[in-house]
Amino acid sequence: MTEKINRKRQKKEKIPRVAMPEQEPEKRNKNFNEVTLGYTEEDALREASRCLQCKNPECIKGCPVEIDIKSFIKLIQEKKFDEALKKIREKNGLPAICGRVCPQEDQCEKVCILGIKDDPAAIGRLERYVADREMKEIAEGIKECAWSEVTKQCTREKIAIIGSGPGGLTCGAELAKLGYRVTIFEALHEPGGVLVYGIPEFRLPKEIVKREIDYVKSLGVKIEVNMVMGKILTIDDLFKEGFRAIFISTGAGLPYFMGISGENLNGVYSANEYLTRSNLMKAYKFPQCDTPIIRGDKIAVVGGGNVAMDSARVAKRLGAKHVYLIYRRSEEEMPARNEEIKHAREEGIEFKLLASPVEIIGKDGWVHKIMCIKMKLGEPDDSGRRRPVPLEGSEFNIEVDVVIMAIGQGPNPLLTSTIPRLELTRWGNIKADPITGKTNIEGVFAGGDIVTGAATVILAMGAGKSAAAAIDEYIRTSIW
Amino acid sequence: MYKIVKKEKLVEDIDRFYIKAPLIARKAKAGQFVVIRINEDGERIPLTIADYNRSNGIISIVSMRVGKTTTLLSSLKESDSILDVVGPLGNASEIENFGRVICVGGGVGIPPIFPIARELKKIGNYVISIIGARSKDLLILKEEMEDTSDELYICSDDGSIGYHGFVSDFLKEYLEKNLTGNADKRKDIARVIAIGPALMMSAVADVTRPFNIKTIVSLNSIMVDGTGMCGACRVEVGGKTKFVCVNGPEFDGHQVNFELLLSRQKIYCDQEKECMDIYEHKCMLDK
Ligand SMILES: Cc1cc2nc3c(=O)[nH]c(=O)nc-3n(C[C@H](O)[C@H](O)[C@H](O)COP(=O)(O)OP(=O)(O)OC[C@H]3O[C@@H](n4cnc5c(N)ncnc54)[C@H](O)[C@@H]3O)c2cc1C
Ligand SMILES: Cc1cc2nc3c(=O)[nH]c(=O)nc-3n(C[C@H](O)[C@H](O)[C@H](O)COP(=O)(O)OP(=O)(O)OC[C@H]3O[C@@H](n4cnc5c(N)ncnc54)[C@H](O)[C@@H]3O)c2cc1C
Ligand code: SF4
Ligand code: FES
Repeated sequence: MTEKINRKRQKKEKIPRVAMPEQEPEKRNKNFNEVTLGYTEEDALREASRCLQCKNPECIKGCPVEIDIKSFIKLIQEKKFDEALKKIREKNGLPAICGRVCPQEDQCEKVCILGIKDDPAAIGRLERYVADREMKEIAEGIKECAWSEVTKQCTREKIAIIGSGPGGLTCGAELAKLGYRVTIFEALHEPGGVLVYGIPEFRLPKEIVKREIDYVKSLGVKIEVNMVMGKILTIDDLFKEGFRAIFISTGAGLPYFMGISGENLNGVYSANEYLTRSNLMKAYKFPQCDTPIIRGDKIAVVGGGNVAMDSARVAKRLGAKHVYLIYRRSEEEMPARNEEIKHAREEGIEFKLLASPVEIIGKDGWVHKIMCIKMKLGEPDDSGRRRPVPLEGSEFNIEVDVVIMAIGQGPNPLLTSTIPRLELTRWGNIKADPITGKTNIEGVFAGGDIVTGAATVILAMGAGKSAAAAIDEYIRTSIW
Repeated sequence: MYKIVKKEKLVEDIDRFYIKAPLIARKAKAGQFVVIRINEDGERIPLTIADYNRSNGIISIVSMRVGKTTTLLSSLKESDSILDVVGPLGNASEIENFGRVICVGGGVGIPPIFPIARELKKIGNYVISIIGARSKDLLILKEEMEDTSDELYICSDDGSIGYHGFVSDFLKEYLEKNLTGNADKRKDIARVIAIGPALMMSAVADVTRPFNIKTIVSLNSIMVDGTGMCGACRVEVGGKTKFVCVNGPEFDGHQVNFELLLSRQKIYCDQEKECMDIYEHKCMLDK
């Protein structure tokens, strides 16, 4: 009883949201080690104690996969860390990843009741804490790797998954748990999708992605890399080889350019290329690794999302003196996670807001300057954000040697163009039921960015999970 | 891992590798390529599928030593393995009965033109092949080309074999001789397919333009993934940006902006040299 009162009193004292320990900006912008260092046990307990354990918690509804947040935080309060992790894993198979990259401020933490008057509970950081804690304990031999012995023989029908991003991995894991023989086909030489080729090491260490993938494999999922589906095998081949259902989660991998003059000059990259060179191909270790990348002195990054932030921060780490982030709206409209924007600023990225490139000017075939025009915000557009309008005659030049276009990605038509009867949207995304993932072709399901357009890790996972349930039902009932 | 089942040295600096890759062999068509990565720290580089055998699951590639990765590749021996081989990538060549066609191959462009010439001939075309190298000792696949061509012409830059000059010079003379003058003696050429260094393809396109002969070239831009994901391989064709790996590699040579291609091929010159110097130094120390 007294304990309860104590705790209440404590809450009245208002413990401030526990800050995340981080590498110093001036140090970290020169290395590729993880920026955020993670909570200590003490930090985690203190942060967890801030949670109000609401009778009608909003946080759960804010989570796209409905993690029982209230309960897992309660378990942390009680120092039952393993159980807290188990609670999360009931709904989310990749907690170490989601704790790091989910836009919590737009999801669970946005609606957290504590957030009405105070800062919301740091749900993402707590999620990461319990996941990292287990990993550390396994590494130190304190805890046995619970799943290494689980590696099991799946015996049910064969299911094929195309693409090994978060959508495909989740769908595969869920189906394997149900006993299906799952094969994931991946085009690149490494599984993980954007988690390995896009999001940089300093934000999501590849060791963590690898571990989560090992977990999926331990469930019995086979992953075949170097398989560009549509080229090496078509979906008809898969059906012929006895796969009973196919889940397509090939992501949004097609880089967009602006269509302005000078975009093919040497030194202009798509963010995809820049990040793939640096992350997947480890160009930041050149010449120890063979893949080169241009290390400019002055680099312009165009865009305002996570992809732009990641590119800018990689550029800084590769030694650029000036990295300009050119975005056509204001900071408020930036789609990137708040934390990434904050980190980018701290690391010395120079924001050129309300500006949009009109031309890239070259010299001897190389980028020399980027010409921009100033913008002002007009009426809100369809997305509810205020539409940027160019201010006539306000052009200005910035001298740069590298330009990185991070203005968005679309669906890659490589696979879909080999399935002419598959229904697509006007933009080339696959038309699929938002819950079941069913497409217009019997036995073919789809989910993740290839359906929704570029979105988030957790939404792709959610799609993979609900498609797995639908695939199971389809196989059991044969009803389409 | 993809096993090298056989290796042949064709001439100094050029090797042919036979690689076990059954799924690729099953699907490969003339004109397509693979992307390979030799080891964990390696770069991904594209190489044309020079041939494929569907029944034994073996593909062959022909690689010329020009830098670190191709040098490393040439150091591999029979029964060694290549870490990653991805394919078949790119679009297949258009194989139809066009009538009379000319296949032009320069240097390492000869191996990729070979399966195309063979398929064109198989389907009934009259195949005229013009192949060239810097000199006699560097000429590859002469016998194979002989077998698949109705007429074969050989050129060398130094005159040590065949016509003394570039393949494009020979082509020009050939076209002038056969396409001008007496109308009933003319034998129209339905198309020209040219594969080789960018400069050669550009020269061929210039030669055929005034004759209005459809000319197909296979572009060798720098690539990373080879699946349309990065845009490293972009070129301009007819004023529009195209990705070589998915929209090509073959394009209408009269529409290609070769100047841009040549410029983009040189993006990493300095780094490539650095990488190669370190590698050579290391090899020397090892010896
Ligand atoms: C740089 C960057 C930063 C991001 N940051 C965040 C973030 O902080 N938080 C967040 O929530 N989201 C972030 N996102 C978005 C998020 O990563 C994606 O929404 C998510 O990865 C989508 O998952 P997916 O499974 O649909 O596809 P992807 O992760 O794109 O995976 C698709 C996979 O399919 C493979 N594939 C494609 N075509 C074929 C084929 N024909 N055959 C075989 N395989 C194929 C691809 O190689 C790839 O591995 C970021 C994205 C990028 C690019
Ligand atoms: C579709 C296609 C098919 C090809 N087929 C063949 C072939 O059958 N046989 C053959 O010998 N060569 C072929 N090439 C060229 C071959 O890819 C390059 O010679 C090779 O990448 C050089 O790598 P390197 O590390 O040895 O040399 P480097 O020193 O790295 O480069 C030498 C030159 O090769 C080019 N190059 C470098 N890296 C790449 C890359 N990642 N992708 C493409 N080009 C690059 C550049 O123009 C560079 O200046 C092909 C290229 C393309 C695009
Ligand atoms: S809404 Fe916030 S305070 Fe309430 S239970 Fe959820 S995390 Fe705790
Ligand atoms: S090589 Fe990446 S898009 Fe062509």
